[in-house]
Amino acid sequence: MRQLLEDLFLEAFRSPALAERHDGAVVPLGAERLAFTTDSYVVTPRFFPGGDIGKLAVYGTVNDLAMTGAKPLYLSAGFILEEGLSLDELRRVVASMREAARECGVEIVTGDTKVVDRGKADGLFINTSGVGRVSEGVSVHPRRVRPGDAVLVSGDVGRHGIAVLSVREGLAFETPVASDCASLAPLVAALLEAGVEVHCLRDTTRGGLATALNEIALDAGVGLEVDEPAVPVDESVAGACELLGLDPLYVACEGRMVVFVPEPQAERAREVLCRHPLGAVAARIGRVTEGPRGMVSLRTRLGGQRLLDLLSGEQLPRIC
Amino acid sequence: MCLGIPGEVLSTVDGPLRMGRVAFGKVIKEVCLAYVPEAAPGDFVVVHAGFAISRVDPEGARRVFAYLEELGETNEVREEEEPR
Amino acid sequence: MRYVDEYRGADEARRYARALHSLVTRPWTLMEVCGGQTHAIVRFGIDQLLPPALTLLHGPGCPVCVTPVELLDKALAIASRPGVVFCSFGDMLRVPGSGRDLLSVKAAGGDVRIVYSPMDALALAERLPEREVVFFAVGFETTAPACAMAAHEARRRGLRNFSLLVAHVLVPPAMEAILAAPHRRVDAFLAAGHVCTIMGMEAYEPLAHAYRVPIVATGFEPLDLLQGIHMCVAQLESGRAEVENQYARAVRPAGNESARAMLREVFEVVPRTWRGIGPIPASGLGLRAAFADWDAERKFDVVSVGGREDAACRSGLVLQGQLKPPECPAFGTRCTPDTPLGATMVSSEGACAAYYRYRRFQVPCPTTSP
Repeated sequence: MRQLLEDLFLEAFRSPALAERHDGAVVPLGAERLAFTTDSYVVTPRFFPGGDIGKLAVYGTVNDLAMTGAKPLYLSAGFILEEGLSLDELRRVVASMREAARECGVEIVTGDTKVVDRGKADGLFINTSGVGRVSEGVSVHPRRVRPGDAVLVSGDVGRHGIAVLSVREGLAFETPVASDCASLAPLVAALLEAGVEVHCLRDTTRGGLATALNEIALDAGVGLEVDEPAVPVDESVAGACELLGLDPLYVACEGRMVVFVPEPQAERAREVLCRHPLGAVAARIGRVTEGPRGMVSLRTRLGGQRLLDLLSGEQLPRIC
Repeated sequence: MCLGIPGEVLSTVDGPLRMGRVAFGKVIKEVCLAYVPEAAPGDFVVVHAGFAISRVDPEGARRVFAYLEELGETNEVREEEEPR
Repeated sequence: MRYVDEYRGADEARRYARALHSLVTRPWTLMEVCGGQTHAIVRFGIDQLLPPALTLLHGPGCPVCVTPVELLDKALAIASRPGVVFCSFGDMLRVPGSGRDLLSVKAAGGDVRIVYSPMDALALAERLPEREVVFFAVGFETTAPACAMAAHEARRRGLRNFSLLVAHVLVPPAMEAILAAPHRRVDAFLAAGHVCTIMGMEAYEPLAHAYRVPIVATGFEPLDLLQGIHMCVAQLESGRAEVENQYARAVRPAGNESARAMLREVFEVVPRTWRGIGPIPASGLGLRAAFADWDAERKFDVVSVGGREDAACRSGLVLQGQLKPPECPAFGTRCTPDTPLGATMVSSEGACAAYYRYRRFQVPCPTTSP
């Protein structure tokens, strides 16, 4: 996927904003700066404990805006419906999007719907795009990450991925774990309002914490060191991961982010995050190093060291 | 091969195929208990691919630590010698 | 989690490591037989706690590494048929046959599904009577009883739309093949704890005696592995070669009687080719004639399907410790984790994949032997 991005899209659509390789682009609009992003949503099953595809489509795009330091304002929504999708199900998804948008304080102001023949889409695909405003003085992107910076995570990891797996046929299990899907915009606003000099933010979605860290390390051209015992993982998420042979550091979240701040501000940033319910178990998990560039290394709970690498493809449950 | 995780038997259902509910922390899974006819609620079993393959023996479970204790006795002097 | 967390204590691990440092007087090479043990060693960085004189070799106990190309090609052929629901453990989805893998069959429209247990595949067959549900029965003695029960239940319930593509392999014959090889490097084995849970320890006595090699049935948590290593080294240092049981909380000397009885009823011992190693006599399990109706190879007439390992892949030599991955001409060029030629480039603990990842940063790879 990353290769495809580099070879095809980044090459074809070359632009200064795209070259930033951030979750969203920040472009000038008159005297102001506009954050602009788009994302498409595909999930099986479409309803899972704690959320559904509609919520994801709103929170996901709101979060991509928030990761640029912007205040999210307006969204668009495009629906691709497969013939045969029940109207009732669509109604539930739309109601859930309306509720999520209300909660995030954004408006869905334009949209599009296409119906395709049976077999041409997996039930329902949603695309949302969003715009937001970046306040003066705010500058959040991988280029600002410096050796010596502290790395924080805003909450415990892996809930979303486990919640989705728990209702997938052939794997199903009972668990109190619900998806962590939520808007990160209030947490970001709290950090910025408290005057924390945020260097970079990245939401830990597909591929989980490990993938987000690898992307930042590559894009910022730095190394990262992470302390495994410092990474918060809920007991139930850990149990499900043991059962399915998954590493929680690679399991998706939909309401968590990593935060890069100068070392002297790390404790302050953690306090600000912890004051918010969504960041109650926020923790410092590591530091930025000179390199090797792009390398994320993990100190295990036994004091050993291992490479926290990019996986090729999605992590699959295993028996071995 | 062979990811096997210990879980606590919560309940059992006897029938042509002995099944039961097993808890792994707060995660609960339906598991086949046909190969552990002796396992009862409260017992821990090792589960692999949906099957309990062994009942955990609490006595055997302590051996890792007992073995270490025995080693510890003989190593204590050396440990103190080593600058840390 | 009880019986998990207490075996991961950093303090006890350090004490075991110290005990090992004072025990070892010369170089020894140990092989952990099971891929699950390898996984734990890499995940916790256990190899880095050991004295430099100790070398851990990763053994053949991983279905990803040893399931032969021929059976993968059969799996791919069956999974590509219309009307088939092909169920597999997640482990096998990225393993290349002689060309593609199961994920690419899925991407091309095949109905390939990941299940947690063969019983989930059986349930699917009951729910979808108009479809043919096939389960890819890979794995060792630990997994075979689960698949045996699925076959047994399919017959009892009269489920005709369910079948198994059986690729089961047996551990002791592979250990013997490693011991009998001309340039044997292994001084002692950490035997696969969960295999012993089913089969017990008796099969290892003749091996330990004939080849003068300590064999210790070992569990999968850090303290289990450290104790197992300590027990092996203690034997080596004192010139003993015995079968011992580290994993006493789960392994009984005679194994699991009811699981073994089910294995005998459903399966018979057959010759099997191991990927990268070659044919080993009496090293696999196949369905008995009484279960022929649930044998996917017969049902889908793929008995004659069979590919060969890509000629450029030297994973067999790598698996036996005779070639370092970077010495292979295909390494990092034709063969990468995204486009693997052989299984050792697939699983995250595979020797080639590990070398590949560390080479990117030009730092030495700590997880594979020199």
